[in-house]
Parts: sequence; structure tokens; C-alpha cells
Amino acid sequence: MARTGNIPSFPGNGLDSAPAGSTLAFDTRATTRWDTGLIAFLWDVKRVGHDRHITLDTQSLPAPMRQLLDLLPDVPADKPAPRKKRLPFLETIGTHTLDGLTEIGTVAGLGAMTVKGGFLALTGRSRMRFVDLLTDTTNAGPYALLIVGIVNFLVGAILAFVGAVELQKFAAGIYVASLVGIAMVREMAAVMTAIIMAGRTGGSYAARISTMQGNEEIDALNVFGIPTSTYLILPAVLSLVITMPFLYLYGCLVGMLGGFVVAISMLDITAAGYFHQTVTSFGIGQFIFAFIKSIVFGAFIGLTSCRIGLKAGRSAADVGIAATRAVVVGIVGVIAIDAIFAVIADVVGI
Amino acid sequence: MSDTRPTVLSMKDVTLAFGPKVIQKNITLDVKKGSIFAVMGGSGCGKSTLLKSMIGLLRPTAGEYLVDGDRYWDGSEAERTELNHRFGVLFQSGALWSSMTIGENVALPLQMFTDLKPDVIRRLVELKLGFVGMLQAIDLQPSEISGGMRKRAGLARAIALDPDVLFFDEPSAGLDPITSARLDDLILNLRDGLGATIVIVSHELSSLFHIADDGIFLDAKTKIPIAHGSPRDLRDHCDEPQVHAFMHRERDEEGRN
Repeated sequence: MARTGNIPSFPGNGLDSAPAGSTLAFDTRATTRWDTGLIAFLWDVKRVGHDRHITLDTQSLPAPMRQLLDLLPDVPADKPAPRKKRLPFLETIGTHTLDGLTEIGTVAGLGAMTVKGGFLALTGRSRMRFVDLLTDTTNAGPYALLIVGIVNFLVGAILAFVGAVELQKFAAGIYVASLVGIAMVREMAAVMTAIIMAGRTGGSYAARISTMQGNEEIDALNVFGIPTSTYLILPAVLSLVITMPFLYLYGCLVGMLGGFVVAISMLDITAAGYFHQTVTSFGIGQFIFAFIKSIVFGAFIGLTSCRIGLKAGRSAADVGIAATRAVVVGIVGVIAIDAIFAVIADVVGI
Repeated sequence: MSDTRPTVLSMKDVTLAFGPKVIQKNITLDVKKGSIFAVMGGSGCGKSTLLKSMIGLLRPTAGEYLVDGDRYWDGSEAERTELNHRFGVLFQSGALWSSMTIGENVALPLQMFTDLKPDVIRRLVELKLGFVGMLQAIDLQPSEISGGMRKRAGLARAIALDPDVLFFDEPSAGLDPITSARLDDLILNLRDGLGATIVIVSHELSSLFHIADDGIFLDAKTKIPIAHGSPRDLRDHCDEPQVHAFMHRERDEEGRN
């Protein structure tokens, strides 16, 4: 019946002609092959019969049909009331604001716990496993060198291309070196590297922690009293804080190399001239400033991705959502922090 | 043994292995239509592996596996998928798709493999959930229900396509005795009602004695099946010390280290 694509439904008034208290019997002699579609139909009959106080003579059914029909309830189950009620406009704003403030508080608390854990680790009193730190650092550092190198090389090369076309018109081709040097040191190397790390490492931390959440591994840690801040978050944040400055330095160098390759091949500049122009283009202050910036980026990516992982739900889809959110928050946050740093730099005059 | 019922599944000298590591060898068995066939044995003997190979997740390294007389592993992937539509599987922890509601879990096979209209599918989903007494949970997420309910929902999904053969991997693991006994009754009811054949992997003795009428006992040490027959027969008449110990909950004196 079901295989043919349709199950006839039994009309609610189908038994109206029968008086209440009577008995309904079935004649199934002509039924040879059937599937559960038939039971679906009989269930309809059973429910309509129940409403009308008509007894079903299930003894007239073959045993298998009877057995299946007996498993089914007479009355439709009470559906649980829909849980989500639309809140009034003001309440919605209030809820979101409170959620936002709570979230900021939680992340700050998590950050404080992690910093505390970090100090304990420095004095050798933390229970962080250095194996975890080593694994995370290897993943966030050496394994990221290739992609960080490629991206920064290309960024440097692109800057040189764009600059060379314009500066050539003024016979100022040598300033391509300054352009690439300043851009890489002040902004591009740190931001590009942070964006890559947010996508690569931040996403993976969020996915890892949310999967642990789904497997009740976080619950197990909590029951043992192993603080998630030192066991999970500290190695993750530290690994990024340790590797980001080095990746920034590396990104600067590779970016300048990219600019060098393009400038040398497009313009009439000597290698020594390019080198000299690059070195004199930026001061050490700018360099240190961006160095600190990359450390902040690392801490930000590590903390937010861990927090998003811890907050995630327990299903497979939630892991995907957590990973996506970690990447988005990481990238947007890095750019926003960079803007704040730009303002600070302007104020202190670097 | 004069079982005249037709054979649905049959294995001849099957060897199961992961790479060079042999799990079980010389498996020969016949599952008769309408029977409840138990795969028994201690932990780590390869019960679940045998079940995996029966439902097409693991290709045996030797021997042949017949489904209704057809060589299962000789067919193309499409033919195997076709045969698999006649199977329903209840995985150990339910294996419900966690991003869908219970109702959607049961509906998915119907949507994928039949041309039924949405309202018909809805009715069949309600019916299958009604069989297992889970109608009230139709719009809940798998994460919102208990382990026992997840198993029953998994069972509703397993019977979504009216399968001929139902496979159960440890149906009563992690359930309390009352829930587990209810599940046993449900399994019997569905077997009789749907006319299905059931293969069950379990080491829950009370449940095995209650429902299974045929079976095979796998030994972890020798890696071969050491006994065939229903759990009750094996309990009362089998002289094999391993089987005796298993059926009578005895401590295995020498095999402990």
C-alpha cells in the first residue's frame, strides 16, 4: 500500500453512522500482501473509533497486524508546547545586551584564569602538560610556515607591483622598497598572519574543543577537577602567543623578499639599493609596536576560539557552527583590534 | 535440527580481518527466516565486526556471504545498496543524526528511497514512532532525550523502510533492566508483526535467553566460532568450557591474564 505512494486516510466522520458502543470487525481474507502502510490506515480507524466509543474487534485481524496495532496508542500524544515565544522588541534588545555583557565577562574571566595559569606555569606550579603545549606550538608554528610564507610573499609582491606602476611615473621606483617595507612591518605581515592563523588554528581549536564537549570529555575534566583553563586553554593560547611574533618576523622577511623579487625584475634598481632603502624606511619603534600587536592577535585568537568551542552545543552540526564562528570572530576581531592599534599608534606618534 | 524455514543470510568459511590482524575465521552460519539469531561471545571476540560485515561495512577476506542466495560481496556497490535497503540496523548508541529531530531521522530514509508524498511520510513516521512508543518525542533533538529513548528512536529509524532483516548491536547495553526488558518485548512484537528476521549482537544473558532462538558463539582466543545453537540450548547442553562459563557467569580461572 505504502509502496504505491499513497495511504488513504480514514475520514474523521467515517464511523458516524455506527452507534456508540458497537464493535467494528475486519474482513482481511482478501489481503495477501501488506506493509506498514496498512497499519497506518488501521491506526487511523482505531483513533476515530476511540473518539466515537466504538470497540475494534482486533481478533478479526491476522496476528501480525493485531500485534503491531496493539503497540499503538489510541489517542494522539500531547505535543509539548512550542518553547520559543517571540519576545517583545524591548525585551529582545535587553536579552541580547545582557547576553553580550555576560559573554564579555566570561571571556575576560577565562582570559584572567589563563593568565593566572600562565604565571603558575612560569613558576612551575601549574599542572599544564608541556606535551600539549609542544604539540599545539608545533601545529601553530612550524606547520604553518609554508602557508604564512606563501601569503606574505604574495602580499609583498602585490604591493611592489601596485607601487612600481605608479612610482615609476615619477622616477621614484626606489621608493617601492620603502612602500613594501613600511606596509609589511606596520600592518600587512601581522594582520595577514593573524588572519591565516584565525582560519587555520583558531578554527581547529574550536572544532577540537566542541567535539570534546560532545563526547562529554569536558564534563570528565570538570569532574576530576582538572581546570579547563590550564589544561585546554592555556596551551592553546600560549602556543599562539609564542608562535605569532615569530611568524610575524618571518612574514615581514618573506614579504620584503616578495617585493624585492618584483622590484628587481620590473625596475632598474640594484639589490644593494633596494636593501638599503628598505632598512632605512622604518624605525625600530614601528617594528616593536607591530611585534606587540601580533602577540595580542595571538592571545585574542586563542581565547575566542577556545571560548567558542566551550560554548558550542553537542551535535555534529554544532561542531561546524563553532568552527565557522571561531574563524569569523577571529578575522573580524583581528581587523577591529588592528584599527584600535592604528589609533593608538597615531596618538603616541609611532 | 530440522529447521525447514528458508535461509535468509548465510556465511561459509568467512574470515574477517583488519589488514594482517585476523579477527575471526571459519565462520559458517545460517540465519533462518523469522528467527532471532544471536551473535555471542566475550568482549573483543569480534561480534560487532561480524555484524559489520553482515551489513556491508567490512568486506571479508575469505569465504562467501549469501543474502537470499545471492553472493553479497560479488555484486556492484549499487546492488549492495539495493540489498541494504532490505536491512535495518540499530547501532549501539542509536547513531541518530544529531542535527535532525527524531521525526526527521525516521523520515530521511523514506524521503531518500521512496516516492511518497510528504503527508504520507509524516504518517508513516508517526506510525513507526508509535510502534516504539516515542510519538511524543517526534519534534525533539537527539541531544534532548535519554539513552533508552535514543535506542528506541534508532529502532524506529531502522524499521522505517519495513526491512526484511533487522540487525541490533548491543540493544540493551546501557539500559536499565526494565527498559531493556521492554525493548526485548518490542523486538519480539516487531519480529512477529513485521515478519522480519533479526540478528542480534549481545552479551546480555537474560535478554538472550528471552528472545533468541538460534545463534553462534565466537571465541576470542582461538578466533573461531566454537558453538552453534540457541542460547538456551547452549546454556543447558554445551560442554565447551568457554561457552559454559559465559552462560553461567563463571569466572574464567585460567584465562584472566
